Amino acid sequence: MISLEEVKKIARLARIKLTPAEERRHAATMTAVLDYMKILNEVNTDDVEPTAQVTGLSNVMREDIAVPADNKKELMAQMPEVYAGELKVPGVFAEEQL
Amino acid sequence: MNLNELTIKTASAGLRKKEFSAVELTEACLAKIKKRNKTLNAFITVAEDEALADATAADKKINNNSNLLAGIPFGVKDAICVAGMRATGAAKILDNYTAPYEATVIKKIRSAGGIIIGKNNCDAFGHGASNENSMYGPVRNPVDETKVAGGSSGGSAAAVADHECIYAVAEDTGGSIRQPASFCGVAGLRPSYGRNSRYGIMPMASSLDTVGPMAKTVEDLALIMEVIAGHDPKDATTVTDAVPAYTEELEKSVKGMTVGVPVEYFNVKGIDPEVEKIIDAKIDALKKLGCKIVSVSLPHTKYAIAAYYILVPSEDSSNLGRLDGVRYGVRAKTKNLFDLYAESRAAGFPEEVKRRILIGTYALSAGYYDAYYKKAQKVRTLIKRDFDEVFKKVDALITPTSPFPAFGLGEKAGDPLALYLSDIFVSPAAVAGVPALSVPAGVTKAGLPVGAQLIGPRMGESVILRLGHHLEINQ
Repeated sequence: MISLEEVKKIARLARIKLTPAEERRHAATMTAVLDYMKILNEVNTDDVEPTAQVTGLSNVMREDIAVPADNKKELMAQMPEVYAGELKVPGVFAEEQL
Repeated sequence: MNLNELTIKTASAGLRKKEFSAVELTEACLAKIKKRNKTLNAFITVAEDEALADATAADKKINNNSNLLAGIPFGVKDAICVAGMRATGAAKILDNYTAPYEATVIKKIRSAGGIIIGKNNCDAFGHGASNENSMYGPVRNPVDETKVAGGSSGGSAAAVADHECIYAVAEDTGGSIRQPASFCGVAGLRPSYGRNSRYGIMPMASSLDTVGPMAKTVEDLALIMEVIAGHDPKDATTVTDAVPAYTEELEKSVKGMTVGVPVEYFNVKGIDPEVEKIIDAKIDALKKLGCKIVSVSLPHTKYAIAAYYILVPSEDSSNLGRLDGVRYGVRAKTKNLFDLYAESRAAGFPEEVKRRILIGTYALSAGYYDAYYKKAQKVRTLIKRDFDEVFKKVDALITPTSPFPAFGLGEKAGDPLALYLSDIFVSPAAVAGVPALSVPAGVTKAGLPVGAQLIGPRMGESVILRLGHHLEINQ
């Protein structure tokens, strides 16, 4: 059972503003989905290693050589706000409601 | 026959013989898009000017030594970046985004002379099995417009089935190529994880995402794979194994091959009896072609959905952290930084994306990590082991791609768990990282397409493409 309080807490951690109606819907659907996940408890995994990836590759290395990236103009063009050739954002240490 | 109805094989033959030009072929596809896009909504962006310019250039170059993809128009899923072209991923947070770089698979096709005709609609960031989670509207199934096209690559499947492009490049994390291919009646391949580069793909679940082709024939899939497969220094998870000559492998006989029929994929609750009948007929067809059919078991199949829908939202929630309105995309106007993140994400993501992020954030949060994420990773090991064991005995597996044909628009929209469960036959191969192909197998009495899924061992694309090709040419 996921409570409204839990949804609010998770939404805050995930940085998504939800309306009260959305909070109620997500509480209901998350409860249903997470309840379903309980079938995994039927599986004995005591001596089983977790799988994080399936390639069998490990420590893939490359030469440590700088490669020029010549698309600064294109990247800058995607920025929502630019001031004096730099990305502009609201103050990081301004009153943040944490 | 209209030019847009050709396959890669037949269109490229016509281009070489100068029976028609790449411009005419491209115009035929563009005309079909213009006629149908308002109804089917298979494209978010149509690149008419770019496509015609590329076709004009291709016409000057095409000769008998050209790659077979030269001059052929194709669609690109909108979650894949094409340099200089809009890429929304079907979410409004990227409504204004122009990709400053290009996916490796797209770069390879363009180097071969391929022509991008536009960007296909999809479920936002690949989240969905019906293409109803696009913020640009759902895609309708060209076979029956009251039905969904499937998802997440519904726009790609609909565009190929409706002859709005000759083929498409899409992405499959847990069935996003195979299920819509099955619903719309086209062929689609999820390659082995690591076979094709993921560079330039909007990431969803990085340990499961794959890029693959959708086309009108299995032979065309093989042609595309020969161009796009292979190691990429920009994607460290790609393998260095040589790329086989898939089109040559197709021609080999299937006589003597052993094909497994996993018991867990038949007689399950919710499967449409018509689907089973159609797949049974394909199993008989394989028998007639000289394959040995054996019954096998993949005992952890029923846990694949639960494992998948913990692993994927967890990786999703982490990957989608980059979309915050700070460096690119649509930024909400706010006074402080927290609101900038929270409001940009609130306005820019559809409900399903928010749900995945919330589930993932929950599963990865302190106190729940071991119970959900780590448990799912352990079950993943067992699912993978099932496939490792079974491929010691068989060359490939045959199953239905989906338990049912395309369902009605809106039919499952209010019930995310029901939609998740529709991935029952496509998610196990994804969790194990093995390749799987959906090939058109027949139609129901109502005329809806049904796909057969062929699953192969890791890097065994040749085997399943060959089986699929022989099923297709021996209808």
